[in-house]
Amino acid sequence: MIALGQFLEVLIGGLMSGVLYSLVALGFVLIFKASGVFNFAQGAMVLLAGLALVRSLDLLVASGFPLWAAIVLGIGFAAVIMAITAWLIERFVIGPLVNQDGLTLFMSTIGVTFVLEGAAQMIFGSDAYPLRLFPTDAWFLFENVFPGGILVNKLDVWGGVIAGILVAGLAIFFQRTKTGRALRAVADDHMAAQSVGIPISWIWFVVWLAAGLVALVAATVWGTKLGVQFSITFLALKALPVLIIGGLTSVPGAIVGGLIVGAGEKLAEVFLGSHIGGGIEYWFAYVLALAVLLVRPQGLFGERIIERI
Amino acid sequence: MLYREAGQFKTTYAEDMAIFPIRQDRMALAILLGIAFIGVPLLADFDIWPFGSDYLLRAILLPFLILALAAIGVNILVGYCGQISLGSGAFMAIGAYSAYKLGTGVHIPLAWLDFAISIPPLPVLLSILLGGLAAAVVGILFGIPSLRIKGLYLAVATLAAQFFFDWVFLRVSWFTNYAPSGSVSAPTLDFFGLNVGTPIERYMLCLIFVTVFAVLAKNLVRGNLGRQWMAIRDMDIAAELIGIRPLYAKLTAFAVSSFIIGVAGALWAFVYLGSWEPLAFSIERSLQLLFMVIIGGLGSIMGSFIGAAFILILPIMLNLLPTQLGVPLSTETITHLEFIIFGSLICYLLIKEPHGFARLISIGKEKLRLWPFPY
Repeated sequence: MIALGQFLEVLIGGLMSGVLYSLVALGFVLIFKASGVFNFAQGAMVLLAGLALVRSLDLLVASGFPLWAAIVLGIGFAAVIMAITAWLIERFVIGPLVNQDGLTLFMSTIGVTFVLEGAAQMIFGSDAYPLRLFPTDAWFLFENVFPGGILVNKLDVWGGVIAGILVAGLAIFFQRTKTGRALRAVADDHMAAQSVGIPISWIWFVVWLAAGLVALVAATVWGTKLGVQFSITFLALKALPVLIIGGLTSVPGAIVGGLIVGAGEKLAEVFLGSHIGGGIEYWFAYVLALAVLLVRPQGLFGERIIERI
Repeated sequence: MLYREAGQFKTTYAEDMAIFPIRQDRMALAILLGIAFIGVPLLADFDIWPFGSDYLLRAILLPFLILALAAIGVNILVGYCGQISLGSGAFMAIGAYSAYKLGTGVHIPLAWLDFAISIPPLPVLLSILLGGLAAAVVGILFGIPSLRIKGLYLAVATLAAQFFFDWVFLRVSWFTNYAPSGSVSAPTLDFFGLNVGTPIERYMLCLIFVTVFAVLAKNLVRGNLGRQWMAIRDMDIAAELIGIRPLYAKLTAFAVSSFIIGVAGALWAFVYLGSWEPLAFSIERSLQLLFMVIIGGLGSIMGSFIGAAFILILPIMLNLLPTQLGVPLSTETITHLEFIIFGSLICYLLIKEPHGFARLISIGKEKLRLWPFPY
């Protein structure tokens, strides 16, 4: 029973951290769906949102605001920062590059990554800042079934709840609102959408804003877990295999992919890593993605890629 | 007036198919090679500024040459064959560590057979080339997914190579000869009895490597194989229909590109760094190489050199500028400013000229041909 208890504990922990990967991957999927841009800057956006939030929170609390007001104002401030960023990116980078091929757009988002990382750290400081929005202690479940029980972090549960709300909100936004329908039209075919009168630059701004807000949500959870610091940008790289496994164009795919990667890498680390030297968490997700690619190139939920001459 | 092919008649096929069909191009190249091979060593020998100090050779020219070589390798894969790779750093690492193992002697104990495979330390030149070969073999392995996937999906597949090999060289201590710190030092650079030690000797060594490989690469991409790669890049289905084997074309591109990147990696480790850790070949290196190729120009050997120079020298300039202007800034601010300026310049260049510096130069050449009467 000990082995089963440990297995369940690792599995649950892995699934929960997988939810957090999904949060980052969601931002990628939103932008890729709507503009065909593979947004390398998502990790930098998480950093920017996190820094804006944590620094404004510190400032507001220090100047005597009550905590709830500080949190509301801080999140509002960070959202405004993300909106400005989205506008700048659309106006100065993605807009002028319309109709370029995917590689050029991808490289330009790497350029954006550099700018965001530099600017965020220059404006808001470059230390590690602790963020405490959610409880970080743990529950012990099933203590009568397994000796010692199963350890579940409250923060991970919060992350799961928030991700669920976010996905539900995005689904409603995409399916039920006028802007959401326009977004799907642009994702389907830029030119056709433009010719029926959908303002493309506005739609792209909305998409980047949505990705920015997803980044902000991801930053609140990740910031509580790790502290807001530069290493948060590497999340972007962790989200790539999630995308590949789930499919680049699918929101549910991002969630399922995140769960698979999270659970898979934790299980592999605990049960396999001890045999071959440890630290395989570092690359396991990528090799998993490689295996998925060989069997199903479009990912689990991606649209089938059909090519014609 | 200066640059014009009028009056240069080609009377044989050989002349028609020459690498540089225009006389002015040949002269420019000859002057450039003359400066690189004779001018720089002479200036360094007579201590003439700025070549007298080691700084220029050691910190700018040496990394420039080696990274340009790596950029040529990346360009063959990304620019000529159209397969995006984010794993170039890993292939540099494979070249470096294989060369290191071969240069210091390989010992593989096979305990269950009561037998061990031992290879004595090989000469440096041989181990560098064999390091490239090892990278080529691994390149072929990681190129196999490219037969089914392409574009950004392939980029993620090559990222798998990057992270996997980062881990391998960090954790598998066999590769580092069980060095406790994980950092290893290159064997003495002994080429046929000639000990390469001073910066100028190292510079000449790299220059010879780069020249040989650049000529080889240029000829390869002009030939049958290069045309196959370009056909695959432009439209793989159409290429397949006219009888090009995608398997052969893609895997040769992966092999040749990884070989060159592997040799560059071995040079980077042996000649430039001297002693190194796995971090020297991280994902940042891969991105840097990709930037060089894209800024310089996809599908252009000369572009690889220009891109390497630009990406390498820009941060150095940005770093020096504030102190030269006398603006008091903290080092932290300078680093952040460097990030911002570098990122904006990349975006600006991509918007203004998505095809890189190589395209700018060919536009310039076209203009010169017609100058001063552009009609």
